[in-house]
Amino acid sequence: MGKFIVNRMIAAVFVLLGSLFLVFIINYSLPGDAVDQMLEGTGATPEMAANLRKELGLDLPFHTQFFEYLNNILRGDFGNSIVNNTPVLDKIISQFPATIALTVVSAILSIVFGITLGVFSATHHNSVLDYAARLIGLFGISMPTFWSGILLILIFSVTLGWFPSIGSDGWITLVLPSIALGLVGSGAIVRMVRNSMLEVMNEQYILTLRSKGLSEKVVMYKHALRNALIPSITIIGMMIGDMLGGAVVIETVFSRQGIGRLVADAITAKDLPVVQGVVFFSAIVYILINFMVDISYSVIDPRVRKSF
Amino acid sequence: MKETVLAGQIKKLSVVHKKKRIFQPEHVFIYAAGSIIFFLIICAVFPQWVAPFAPTKMFTDAIMQAPSVSHILGTDYFGRDVFSLIVFGSRTSLIIGFLSVITAAVIGMLIGSVAGYAGGIIDLIFMRVIDILMTIPGMLLSLAFAAALGPSLMNIILAISISALPGYARLMRGQILTLKNRNFVIASKSIGVSNFVIFFRHILPNAYSPLLVMATNGLGSSILLGAGLSFLGLGVVQEVPDWGTLLSQGRGYLAAAWWIATFPGIAITSFVLSANIIGDSLRDFLDPKKKQKGENA
Repeated sequence: MGKFIVNRMIAAVFVLLGSLFLVFIINYSLPGDAVDQMLEGTGATPEMAANLRKELGLDLPFHTQFFEYLNNILRGDFGNSIVNNTPVLDKIISQFPATIALTVVSAILSIVFGITLGVFSATHHNSVLDYAARLIGLFGISMPTFWSGILLILIFSVTLGWFPSIGSDGWITLVLPSIALGLVGSGAIVRMVRNSMLEVMNEQYILTLRSKGLSEKVVMYKHALRNALIPSITIIGMMIGDMLGGAVVIETVFSRQGIGRLVADAITAKDLPVVQGVVFFSAIVYILINFMVDISYSVIDPRVRKSF
Repeated sequence: MKETVLAGQIKKLSVVHKKKRIFQPEHVFIYAAGSIIFFLIICAVFPQWVAPFAPTKMFTDAIMQAPSVSHILGTDYFGRDVFSLIVFGSRTSLIIGFLSVITAAVIGMLIGSVAGYAGGIIDLIFMRVIDILMTIPGMLLSLAFAAALGPSLMNIILAISISALPGYARLMRGQILTLKNRNFVIASKSIGVSNFVIFFRHILPNAYSPLLVMATNGLGSSILLGAGLSFLGLGVVQEVPDWGTLLSQGRGYLAAAWWIATFPGIAITSFVLSANIIGDSLRDFLDPKKKQKGENA
């Protein structure tokens, strides 16, 4: 077990370094550089631009710049925003709690809803209710989050006036955004749980359990569901990562605080250090989540450990 | 007692399978999904056949009118016909969807095949790069690329493809790894067939079905991603806006004119839903495991 964790950790560090490199390349290979943007419309001469470039170290060769960047990141320096020169990390840290709240509530919603509906759908295989559940799952993954968000606002804020349509103060503002974001996740989970339940129910050991005379409840929940959940955990891990991406859209729709909104605003303002910082930051979170998923995988399913 | 339970179970199982043969609402869904996709493709290719008005025509005497007989989906804040806008907007949305799936599938398959076929250090390097691409959530990755590259059609397609290609690469690699040690491949190799021919004549035809399923479902997700990027203002700037941009522009008039933002959303959802339904049924159809089960039952 210890060896497994160490192996996964080493892999995670390499992947992290790689994604840092990727983020750096995206910025490095830009058609115009940061200096052009900073000086845009200020009427600066080319000499001034060259000086600023030298000051920022942008005239150095690629590898020197990358190691400089890496060095800064390791010291917790994600660079400064072009717009107002505040440290990017401070911005991210101040906005992150709002995104965590949104993601966690959405994830819980979609896990509870998704697993319940998926199990129900599998145990009532081919009934009308199964088709209804499958359709709900399909709709969940097919609706654009911003559209379901807009529909929720239209129905529950504009028409019924039950929930506020925008803002991020208090739990009440979390309701609509997390439903909109949770819908996607629950769609994916319903489909996954249903399919793996059906697959497991065809296994010989389920027939054995039934022929032993175990009650259908025990067979379903103690044996079938447990085994069916194993592949779903991977989906859940990936889903939480995607929710970070979905938060960009949802936070914009509901005018909420959060790193998604931060990045959306940064794009409008062409503030690339902020975009870069948020993307790298979410890569860190994503890698951490997947690391935990790997570990929980090996706890639930001992066969996984042996493959390392 | 136990025998009757078992007999009951078997009976139950056989009933389930019988039901499956007679009652197949899937077929209705598949036809419906196929017709929707066909209709939207017609809209994208020949919008002037479907749309009642030009998308830029402004009915200044009918601004923000609710759906009626003359404007079936209403008019927007310029007095443009919403239905015509959606029909003409389908072109950009579908081009983004189809081209980014094709780009992602081709590049992903290429990476996956080379990695799987070559093995060793090439495989290691290629797959680590793919791992790295997978660490950034799709939306954020394409957002970062689209923001860096600038809003043009090519760049958006590229940005979406980059976030989608890891899936194809991994799937293709897995297929190659299982196929390259099969006897028919070893046999063709031993009689001196070139790698190129082996790949196109023997490996690809045996590997394509899961890739086809992934591409069909991927069509839906790239349309969603493309619409999301347009919604955030990273879309292509043009006279006739695409579905995501239409939705985003209509958002400001939600309380006054719900139809401006609602109908483009229905267009996006119906396309993605149909692509997913067809992808699912393709999966069922092409899955040898499922087919066998059906035959045995």
